[in-house]
Amino acid sequence: MSKIKLATVWMDGCSGCHMSFLDIDERLLELAPHIDLVYSPLVDYKEFPHGVDVTLVEGAVSNEEDLEKIKRVRQRTKILVSLGDCAVTGNVPSMRNSFGTKAVLERAYLDPSLTNPQIPNVVIPPLLPFARPLHTAVKIDVFVPGCPPSADTIYYLLSELLAGRKPDLNSMTRFGA
Amino acid sequence: MTNVVTLKINDQDVSGRDDETILELARENKIPIPTLCHLEGLSNIGACRLCLVEIKGMNKLLPACVAKVQEGMEVYTDTERLQKYRRTILEMLFAEGNHICSACVSNGRCELQRVAQKLGMDHVRLEYRYDNRTVDASHERFALDYNRCILCTRCVRVCDEIEGAHTWDVMGRGVESRVITDMHQPWGESETCTSCSKCVQVCPTGALFEKGKAVSEMTKRKGFLAYLTSMREGLK
Repeated sequence: MSKIKLATVWMDGCSGCHMSFLDIDERLLELAPHIDLVYSPLVDYKEFPHGVDVTLVEGAVSNEEDLEKIKRVRQRTKILVSLGDCAVTGNVPSMRNSFGTKAVLERAYLDPSLTNPQIPNVVIPPLLPFARPLHTAVKIDVFVPGCPPSADTIYYLLSELLAGRKPDLNSMTRFGA
Repeated sequence: MTNVVTLKINDQDVSGRDDETILELARENKIPIPTLCHLEGLSNIGACRLCLVEIKGMNKLLPACVAKVQEGMEVYTDTERLQKYRRTILEMLFAEGNHICSACVSNGRCELQRVAQKLGMDHVRLEYRYDNRTVDASHERFALDYNRCILCTRCVRVCDEIEGAHTWDVMGRGVESRVITDMHQPWGESETCTSCSKCVQVCPTGALFEKGKAVSEMTKRKGFLAYLTSMREGLK
């Protein structure tokens, strides 16, 4: 087995999918010799590199930065994996979609109980009208539902991809699992 | 008078009574057909369309829960065409409401969720509607979350056919359709509701639930239906 270049990306999600990835525990050591982790919240590379074999993306596309990022990730990745319910369905981040961004921002930042109520307008990227699944923005190769997908599911996913197979995850995970 | 008929389901020879539906006969023979609006003990209305089957020589697809078996029929329950339609139906249900499984009282116990997994629906290709729907929590013990209602009308049927109260009904058309209590009054103000909870128990999703339940805590008990219907049949 040759080493594959793996990246993981964290967008609008709670990091639970990354936690579940780490929950693979000692099996990470089995995977490690076959993987080169080239970009991830777990490592310190700043720029998403070119020529990535597999990228796992957690979280919905919720703001302008997410949208730009997912397009760049897609261009530079062979197999793009939509990891977890936020990436696959929008999940909890998408619960704001029925109300509109204005109402959501006002509720979060202009509540009278806050000492200095103000809506942030610098540094933080503007919200898109809807928090949406990844596949509405770019082509996805593998869908992994679950909130979060279990460590076993993620281990199986990576083992299958390492073996050059497209994993069939249907019996292992589901929405909300 | 009922007659015995012989027919084929998925090329397997089966026989049944001519007053049976395709769904009944298929299930007697352990041939799975997915359903959502159907519930043993209630009338069948063919609303969800998941149980559509193909009949040889007929271009139209038939809902197995209401279509009766016929002599010589050749039924197919799991063709590529049916799989495609069923998946699209499920995707439409998911896209129409706001089914956030991870934040639902019925997570892990939901029939919609189960069918989606069974049929391999791992994402929704259609555009979500993100409809702004309400929750009716006016009843003392139960609540209705419109975000999760798939309009199967089991609540309407169990309330009318079993409880005899007919508190529930359907209002509006198309995407505006809603189940309502009485004349679209808040559930808690309904004069006809007996608070029996039958509607809650038969609801396939987390749309109807008992108050005080957190994520994944809502277990539905449908066992009562078989007792009530068999008792009534005994009285006839």
